[in-house]
Amino acid sequence: MATTKLKINGKEHAVDVDPSTPLLWVLRDHLNLVGTKYGCGVASCGACVVHLEGEAVRSCVTKVSRAAGKEVVTIEGLSENGDHPLQQAWEQVDVPQCGYCQSGQIMSAAVLLREIPNPTDEEIDLAMTGNICRCGTYLRIRKAIHLAAEIQNEIK
Amino acid sequence: MTLVKTTLNRRSFLRAALLAGGGMVLSFSWMAGCKPSGRKALEMPEEWFELNSYIKIGENGVISLSSPNPEFGQNVKTSMPMILAEELDVDWDNVVVEQADFLPDRFKNQFTGGSQAIRSNWTPLRTVGATARQMLILAAAKHWNVPATEITTEPGILLHKASGKQASYGEMASAASQIPIPEEVELKKVSDFKIIGTSKKNVDVKNIVNGKPLFSLDYKTEGMLTAMIVHPPAFGMQLKSIDDSAAITMPGIQSIFTIDTLTGDIDQNFFDATSFTKMAVVVGNSTWEVMQAKKALKIAWEEEPERVFRRSASWMQGSEIIKATFPPGLESTDDHLAKMAEFTKKPGQILRRDGDPEGAFKKASKIIERTYTAPFLAHNTMEPVNCFAHVTAEKAELYGPLQAPEYINATLSQRLGLPKDKIHIKLARMGGGFGLRAYGHHLIEAAVISQQVKAPVKLVYTREDEMTAGLYRPAYSATYRAALDENNQLIAFHVKGGGIPEMPVAPHRFPAGAIDNYLAEGWSITSNITTGIFRAPRSNFMACAEQSFLDELAAEMGKDPIDFRLELLERAKTAPVGENNDYQADRYAGVLRLARDKSNWNETKQGIHRGVSAYFCHNSYVAEVVDLVMKNGTPKVEKVVAAIDCGIVVNKDAAVNMAEGAIVDGIGNALFGEMPFKDGAPQKNNFPSYRMIRANEAPKEIDVHFVGSETDPTGMGEPPFAPVFAAVANALYKATGTRFYNQPFINGLTTG
Repeated sequence: MATTKLKINGKEHAVDVDPSTPLLWVLRDHLNLVGTKYGCGVASCGACVVHLEGEAVRSCVTKVSRAAGKEVVTIEGLSENGDHPLQQAWEQVDVPQCGYCQSGQIMSAAVLLREIPNPTDEEIDLAMTGNICRCGTYLRIRKAIHLAAEIQNEIK
Repeated sequence: MTLVKTTLNRRSFLRAALLAGGGMVLSFSWMAGCKPSGRKALEMPEEWFELNSYIKIGENGVISLSSPNPEFGQNVKTSMPMILAEELDVDWDNVVVEQADFLPDRFKNQFTGGSQAIRSNWTPLRTVGATARQMLILAAAKHWNVPATEITTEPGILLHKASGKQASYGEMASAASQIPIPEEVELKKVSDFKIIGTSKKNVDVKNIVNGKPLFSLDYKTEGMLTAMIVHPPAFGMQLKSIDDSAAITMPGIQSIFTIDTLTGDIDQNFFDATSFTKMAVVVGNSTWEVMQAKKALKIAWEEEPERVFRRSASWMQGSEIIKATFPPGLESTDDHLAKMAEFTKKPGQILRRDGDPEGAFKKASKIIERTYTAPFLAHNTMEPVNCFAHVTAEKAELYGPLQAPEYINATLSQRLGLPKDKIHIKLARMGGGFGLRAYGHHLIEAAVISQQVKAPVKLVYTREDEMTAGLYRPAYSATYRAALDENNQLIAFHVKGGGIPEMPVAPHRFPAGAIDNYLAEGWSITSNITTGIFRAPRSNFMACAEQSFLDELAAEMGKDPIDFRLELLERAKTAPVGENNDYQADRYAGVLRLARDKSNWNETKQGIHRGVSAYFCHNSYVAEVVDLVMKNGTPKVEKVVAAIDCGIVVNKDAAVNMAEGAIVDGIGNALFGEMPFKDGAPQKNNFPSYRMIRANEAPKEIDVHFVGSETDPTGMGEPPFAPVFAAVANALYKATGTRFYNQPFINGLTTG
């Protein structure tokens, strides 16, 4: 055990865990930030995507030691009032079915939208291929990302 | 208007006062973190008046509606309250929705599966809503001293036009809650519906996109421990001995032991299907620590002799208890395929015979025979199996993903030694179900572990634990034969289908009834690999086999595949053959015609290969046309047109969403889905090896059309799933010139 200092969603935390513990389980078990989901544990489904220094990472294979002292953003901190363009778009398009994978989908999409403000279908597919939705909401995810791009452009 | 008796379920009208005295108040405390509805912030009332189990009205007019059935993404948590709100006649924006707990004394049919949630609750929920509305009317009539028949409602408002009196539901709620339950109430005319048939957003969408704790895997309580199981690595194996000397000293580990969840003296329910009952258990402080200790366990396994147990003969409650067995041995897919091929050659059990099929085949000019197979499939719900349990000497509290709570509480009661009414099951939003969650073994496991460690426990399966724990879609095979006469006319049809371990043939479905000489046979092979219901059970294979065969048959006969099906349906409608045909030929033809029109079927486009398929299951009719392109030898479905007849559509956009999802799911499973076995061991255990359809493989467009209908609603979750397999197969034939007889189709393609 060792104390690791973390900055998550702008808030400082100190957790006393084995430094090899994946960030996912620190978020979920120790910090009660359960919006980040466990799906596979092997970086294959995308349910656990969070932002580490602004980049989308699979928290299930990211050791907490790697996140020490860096900025981590989870779905809970994506926006202050739950109104990130993606969150608005997801609501308007009514994307989710079971909803379990959607935090990870939104977190992956957020990096895409930052890098490519007006992504094409192909760019969306490429960026979102790492996120499985077992309910099959991929078409709505695509639609919501396009809508979020519009909302984002209006804000700017 | 329709008059209905309200006596359907008297107990569901129990009052809050009675309930409070009934000991059903749960001690769970997560509601604070989980607002009943995320749609918008409504001012909560100071006092709620309960009109019945489903409906509470606040003094300020806010309406609280309980959604009785478990939610796994099919959106019943929105559509069921929509039905209540419609008959109650309230403004949807003034409604908050709560997920009901499993309370069989209060709610009917708390079962999610078989696409039956809306169908089975349609009239009960309408009646409940209409009854509460009538009680408000009666209260107003008494208060205003006017005849009840002169009172009308507008959303949330009671009106007496003659005197100009009016009151909000909130004002009358207290008085209405004291009104005796009317014997009979009127239901609205379909044409008067204001909410049903519109599109209402998922009541939890805000919570979902903000990462709120909606799932039982997200649940945590003071003093809660985390538990994980280790089950045998192969079917036909059992736990022999366990060496925990290394694991027990690892950080955060509390205890390690073995459990036997279903000892032989327990009468299992139909949905108690479980693969492994004897397991190693690791309990500790956190998920990661337990995962590590689990890996450090040294466990010896041995072959299991025949397993004998007692279970219900059918899913019907109270059906007889029979002796059931799992055969011993370590099974492999190669052996399965060989065995199934053997069975296709032997006579099966005759399920239906019309005319003289044997005679017709003898005199046929041409016989077409094709055999289709499908492998075991894992459900792969995105949320792995988990369950919270807190069992004490007095009671058990459980919270987990579960489609069929009524099928597990009797087993829990026997296993825990607690009366049924001391077992409280809260229904978690499920991170997917697809049939897997009908089986409640994880509740028993969690409860047994909690009882042993005397603490609240959350049982968590790893993805690997879940994917290798069985309850798969069965493996199937079906052989179709058609006899053509010298004029190339169809004179006889024969289907012989079977599976491991169940027979998939529905002998009275189309094309039974459309062909003079018809024979249906079935067979089954026992196995110790456990199987369970999987989205559109049996239909998910039979639709593929049958609709692929009809496509090939149409081509052999030189007919357009849609025209050929319509000809058969015309025959089934005008001069049906045989008895018990379990479909309506005109509704079947209706969806085919609609799909033909909406897809511009007769148009050909360069590079686009089209396949059609139509199927009837779960009381609904669906026809689908797939547009497929080949890119570097890899198939890609670009567009799907679906025509659906599921009667009245309650929540339009949610139904479209579900159809889209079912189609994507079907394309994925048709192309990629399989769980092979070697020596009893599942050969895939996580997503890197088990291929799932991904964003870039999903169609660009899915165009969903509903047949306008005033018929009571029927299934929606499964019917759009079954037909797409064959539509893909038929399009693949157009693209490659090769027929695809064996799922997953990717194995028949050279690239992919």
